Amino acid sequence: MINILAIDDSLTIREMVREVLSSAGFTVTTANDGVHGVDVFQQDQYDAVITDINMPKMDGFGVIESIRGGGVNARVPILVLTTESGPALKDRARKAGATGWIVKPFEDEGLVNVIRRVTGAR
Amino acid sequence: MSRDDLKATFFAECEDLLEQLSEGSQAMIAGTASEDTVHAIFRAVHSIKGAAGAFGLENLVTFAHCFETVLDLVRSGDLVPDTDALHTILRSGDMLADLVELAQSDSDEIPEAMPAILDKLNELAGIEPGLEAGAGGEETEEFFGFQPVVFDLMDEAGDPDESCFRIRLSASSDLFRNGHDPVLLFSELATLGRVETRCDLSALPVGAAFDPERCYLNWEITLHGQATETAVRDVFMFLEDLCEIEDITAQAAGDIAVAGTEEEADHAVQDDVSIAEAAPAAAGIAPMRTPSRFTPMVADETPAPIELALAAEAGLAPAELADRPKGPAKAAAQVPQTTLRVDPERVDRLINTVGELIINQAVIAQKLLETGLATNSDIMSDLDDYQYLARELQEGVMAIRAQPVKPLFQRMQRIVREAADSLGKEVALVTEGEGTEIDKTLVERLAEPLTHMIRNAVDHGIESPEKRMAVGKPALGTIRLSAAHRSGDVLIEIADDGAGLNRKRILEIAVSKGLVPSDAKLSEPEIDNLLFMAGFSTAEKVTNLSGRGVGMDVVKTAITSLGGKVTISSRPGEGTQFAISLPLTLAVMDGMVIHAAGQTLVAPLSSVLETIRPRAQDVVPYGREGQLLSIRGTYVPIVHLGNLLGFTSGAPITSDNILILIRSEHSGQVALAVDEISDQRQVVVKSLEGNYGAIAGISAATILGDGRIALIIDTDATLNLAGDLGRDLTLIEETQHAQTAAMG
Amino acid sequence: MPKPQQWAEDDVLEFVTLKAGGQSFCIEITQIREIRRWSPVTALPQAEQAVLGVMNLRGAVIPIVDLAARLGLGECDASPRHVIMVVAVGTKTVGLLVDSVSEILTVNGEQICEAPTMGRGDVPSSILGLISVEEGMSRILSPGVLLPRGIMEAA
Repeated sequence: MINILAIDDSLTIREMVREVLSSAGFTVTTANDGVHGVDVFQQDQYDAVITDINMPKMDGFGVIESIRGGGVNARVPILVLTTESGPALKDRARKAGATGWIVKPFEDEGLVNVIRRVTGAR
Repeated sequence: MSRDDLKATFFAECEDLLEQLSEGSQAMIAGTASEDTVHAIFRAVHSIKGAAGAFGLENLVTFAHCFETVLDLVRSGDLVPDTDALHTILRSGDMLADLVELAQSDSDEIPEAMPAILDKLNELAGIEPGLEAGAGGEETEEFFGFQPVVFDLMDEAGDPDESCFRIRLSASSDLFRNGHDPVLLFSELATLGRVETRCDLSALPVGAAFDPERCYLNWEITLHGQATETAVRDVFMFLEDLCEIEDITAQAAGDIAVAGTEEEADHAVQDDVSIAEAAPAAAGIAPMRTPSRFTPMVADETPAPIELALAAEAGLAPAELADRPKGPAKAAAQVPQTTLRVDPERVDRLINTVGELIINQAVIAQKLLETGLATNSDIMSDLDDYQYLARELQEGVMAIRAQPVKPLFQRMQRIVREAADSLGKEVALVTEGEGTEIDKTLVERLAEPLTHMIRNAVDHGIESPEKRMAVGKPALGTIRLSAAHRSGDVLIEIADDGAGLNRKRILEIAVSKGLVPSDAKLSEPEIDNLLFMAGFSTAEKVTNLSGRGVGMDVVKTAITSLGGKVTISSRPGEGTQFAISLPLTLAVMDGMVIHAAGQTLVAPLSSVLETIRPRAQDVVPYGREGQLLSIRGTYVPIVHLGNLLGFTSGAPITSDNILILIRSEHSGQVALAVDEISDQRQVVVKSLEGNYGAIAGISAATILGDGRIALIIDTDATLNLAGDLGRDLTLIEETQHAQTAAMG
Repeated sequence: MPKPQQWAEDDVLEFVTLKAGGQSFCIEITQIREIRRWSPVTALPQAEQAVLGVMNLRGAVIPIVDLAARLGLGECDASPRHVIMVVAVGTKTVGLLVDSVSEILTVNGEQICEAPTMGRGDVPSSILGLISVEEGMSRILSPGVLLPRGIMEAA
């Protein structure tokens, strides 16, 4: 069983990620802001994290920094879910410690493939 | 969850986001916006854009993008919005709401005003008008249509032939930290063909310099198989600037030198450049040219996570943080309201069940009473507890349905803006008591009448700026919209500071339309109430606002159907005030259980003024069959309820009848003659329209303690059934005059 | 005899037969919610003759239609011996006052005959088809005829 944590302040996106990934056999947990997300992350073992950038309380960069900052599972693959696709954002995400990115709107298959790739799930 | 369910979720979410947006932009206009407000607005638009893209709602995405660009500039402080810009932001919020609405009705229509607002937004964003404004055009494609997952650089026509790729993966100390696992990459690559891997350990430091968290390795991989370049690039999609992929099929898989020397590395860099140039702006990604750009972070330069988060909020890159004075970490000021989304049907079911529980309680109570148990017995006091708990439960369930009027009031801001704009008036809407909660159904059903009343207030209430200034008022008119709880009811007031009602004109119109006789002598409140008569419209010219063929009578009907009342008051030169009082919920009401013509009925207690057992001399014959009740010096028509509803016909009113004096919005009072009054209690309102239909004179039904159904009287409609009471009352007044004259 | 359009020849259908106004009728079993004994109803003002009133069905208010009266077969003098069939028509639930409920018929679509048009009278328009039974025939009631008048329901 592969556990995915999806952090996004948009209910629609959360549900969409949940829908796509659970039908591909992943177990999906969601959180609606960065602080909540980091909190949830620390309570369980996740195989990958998908996070939005623009969120209240703590943004996606904050989430990545917090997870990478230490503690258990600091090297979990983290994917940034973003509407922007410019190099500046990717550079920043990478510097913060992101593994990769998914540009919204995503295609179901694309999302599943990326998650499979970073988690090694087949 | 199906796609449709997701879409429904999206639209429900949009509603919340649009509300935040509207509220935030109003705070900006009012100058009460904090930094958080601007961020919240930005996020709202951003979220709408993000999810709209997922549903392919292009118009919405295009517009939200332009809007977001401007908000981003405001957020970062690069744009300090002036009044004009703030106005554009407000209008953009309205436009976004329109587009959401259109999307909801599956319409691709582009609202008329959209191009103009887009131009303004682009102007604010410093973009040439029309350049980025094309709805769903190619420019937007570049922003949103991009799918990084599909890395389509090559012509893939035809079956893949035998191919050979050389991949150089250069060390990045952050490879592990960023969650990459080379083993996963290699095993995925292995699914594409035969893999030969060589690892270059030359960068590996010795001794104390070695950090196990870092990656010092370089790899050179050769892949033999039938893979396409796209498939290979896909594997390294997040490492594109760390690796160099070369199609060496043509070289017929000769010996490959191990990369590792300085020379080889230079060569690698050059190759990288050539790839970047060969595929310009590869689907929007400009690959970073050299691995050296990937500067490792040095520990003491790394800001603490919380500061970084703040810096990111403010739109600053981490490097800029150093220039920023270090203040105490500021806690997020606004905790977003967390809500639970529940299918309204579930709540309705719960309300229904609780209603049953209350009825069941009444049944048990009645049966126990029939056994002749002493009222102070244990079981009776337990029953009291049961009743208490059931009521508590009911109130709790009702509270689930309760919603603040805020979203409704927010919508009115927009109505005022639009109405004022189109009429060339300056009007501010001031709202109070937005947190007042009422039943969800009431909120929904209030929207239309309230909209109409607000439009009316702008159209007919508030004068033009010139007229206002001429009489020494500020050019800006004010409409005050307030909500408050008042003894079990909700009171909603709409007050304008306009010219007040022109009673002379109202009377003239009413006379000219034959609504009142030309010689009618009406009191000021009576004249004011003429506004509520069907077919009345005071607009001298038909404006596209109020003059939509809907008069205040429709408003009144709508409010009445909600069990509410609307009253009007006005002072010349000072303004007009409408007061709507509504029950908190439509699901329960206080009723008086009555019997008439063998039927058990319920009269809403809110309409009952008093009950009277009249003395013979208080009942006065009137006309051929009519009778009047003489009460405290006035005369009120008596109506036989059984006859009125058609249960009996021509049944006489006798001295055994009890009279229930009810008040009516339209026409004062009337006395309903009934046989008996048995109880006064809270009843659960059950609609008749679900399985049957509307019945004139009956508003709904309820279930009594014995399980039987009792109909609830619609008092206003009952009076309408009783005939044209307006005329009757004039006659009554005449009678009164005559009597007074006779006595004098 | 021509077959009604509704049912394909190889459809297997179940009908509940009932007696009203001395005649046998039937209703598709999927429409029937429950069958209960007659109990007094609350009269409705301005209701048509066939609508006796409303009844409390576990918290729902449902109208009770005298089926015989509705079909022009004379009014039924309701007593506790009579039966209420609660049926669903579209989104609405209606109670039908009938003399008795007899049996469940299982038939193939091909066993259903089209109701002959009589040219006048109420009955034919409310009958969708006929099924032969041992003691004669049973008339399949059109769902629309079951609703109180003036109540529109897109079925």
